[in-house]
Amino acid sequence: MNDYKTIKEQEEVITDEFSLFDSWEEKYEYIIDLGKKLEPLDDKYKVGENIIKGCQSTVWLTSEFKDGRVFFKADSDAVIVKGLVSMLIKVLSGHEPDKILEAKLDFIGEIGMMTHLAQTRSNGLLSMVKQIKNYALAYKSADAA
Amino acid sequence: METLTTISPTFDVDSIRKSFPVLEREVNNQLLVYLDNAATSQKPQAVIDALSYYYSNYNANIHRGIHTLAEEATAAYEATRNTVKEFINATSSDEIIFTSGTTEGINLVAYTWGRKNIQEGDEIIISTMEHHSNIVPWQILCEEKKAVLKVIPINDDGELLMDDPVAIGFKQLLSPRTKLVSIVHVSNALGTVNPVKDIIEAAHEIGALVLVDGAQSSVHLDIDVQEMDCDFFAFSGHKVYGPTGVGVLYGKKKILEEMPVFMGGGEMIKEVTFAKTTYNSLPYKYEAGTPNIADTIALKVALDFVTELGKDMIRNHENKLLKYATEQMQTIPGLRIIGNAKNKVSLISFIIDKIHPQDIGVLLDNQGIAVRTGHHCTEPLMNRFGITGTARASFALYNTKEEVDRLIKGLQKCIKMLS
Repeated sequence: MNDYKTIKEQEEVITDEFSLFDSWEEKYEYIIDLGKKLEPLDDKYKVGENIIKGCQSTVWLTSEFKDGRVFFKADSDAVIVKGLVSMLIKVLSGHEPDKILEAKLDFIGEIGMMTHLAQTRSNGLLSMVKQIKNYALAYKSADAA
Repeated sequence: METLTTISPTFDVDSIRKSFPVLEREVNNQLLVYLDNAATSQKPQAVIDALSYYYSNYNANIHRGIHTLAEEATAAYEATRNTVKEFINATSSDEIIFTSGTTEGINLVAYTWGRKNIQEGDEIIISTMEHHSNIVPWQILCEEKKAVLKVIPINDDGELLMDDPVAIGFKQLLSPRTKLVSIVHVSNALGTVNPVKDIIEAAHEIGALVLVDGAQSSVHLDIDVQEMDCDFFAFSGHKVYGPTGVGVLYGKKKILEEMPVFMGGGEMIKEVTFAKTTYNSLPYKYEAGTPNIADTIALKVALDFVTELGKDMIRNHENKLLKYATEQMQTIPGLRIIGNAKNKVSLISFIIDKIHPQDIGVLLDNQGIAVRTGHHCTEPLMNRFGITGTARASFALYNTKEEVDRLIKGLQKCIKMLS
């Protein structure tokens, strides 16, 4: 579980994995594999309020606040996007709101996935990161109240 | 469709490719294969040079200046208008209004002619395969005027149902309340060439006007607005190898003269007093403010480029590519082409079983191949086919058989990686 690793350490796990890959094919096969392995989201969570709707594919993201930590679950109809969101969850799920809000997520650039971060019209990583941080912020505010 | 047998030896795609500098570029360490031409075409060096030459040599505001630069710029700007007139065979260059693109052209008609002529209960007909830019302006107008928007259905091949009492085809939709038919000439998502002449004839019989959305057709088909007898024809420069940000709205002179003005400002006026303003004559009446001078000037170079090559020669080449690509794609298991009209341009929309189009797009891009994925701004059309989107490969005059082969190999790799 994430309890044993910080966000930064989780990022390192991923960058270490990617450092073994020589080609774009290997990188994407890894992401596709992550996407396929991500536990499908229960249909009850696939509702409007959980949608990060882009031009191209749909991402559903849901969260839960437990013992001061935020846990995320996600799904997508496109497998590469699903793999990308799966990486984000691996890194960010199970941490305190403050830690999530502080996360710089340098690993995205380090593994060569910046192009996905820049896709503004489709639901690139950027909108997913934003949504994850929005959840963290909401829980932080609710917790402080 | 053109015959595929008569290909002239003068259409030398290798030498034509040399006119397009971007085609030499590498993407993800591989030579670019650009198959997103229906979104925008690449530009020949001559067009790029025309832009640079204008800014380097005679940049000036047009029409009002008396100095040399202003006169040169005005002459070049008006020369494009004349070339456009020839390109679509309009009766007069007064019928050529420069816009920012097809979208503005359609909106111009909706906001001027539409607001004057559409009344409560009137009907506007569009089709299932319209781009959002030929849906939304009419929805806005219909909502405002309490008018009715009617939609021509299509068959599974992506062809309009022209006469179908059961499905309520085009002929059944026409009524004494029909005031306008606004129809896409060539579908951006399917490639279908619509029988616009038949539509125009039938619409005119009941006194309705017809706007033809020529965004996709103007680059592939011979456009003769007089023969077509359309009342309006809108297209974009950037899909015809010209710059972005310039387009054309053609309208029959008599209709344009009677239409109210669109945007107010400089250039479009004859005389301004605080009591009353009178408006300029055609076409300036619809060209308020400083226009997009540089891009308009360069558009002439693009249209000349196409005309010199010859649209029949271009079509010959593109149709060969379409035929070859269609045959090759049909050999890919699980691939389904969306849009199998008998008459279509060089564009293939497709889906692959259990694979999201976006995944195809991402993996093709990694192989240096540019296609478009998504709903192509035709969501109602996607809904008609029960899909959320497609991947689309669209071919231009500079594409080659070898590039089709790269696409096919690329797709096979996508399938292997994704399944």
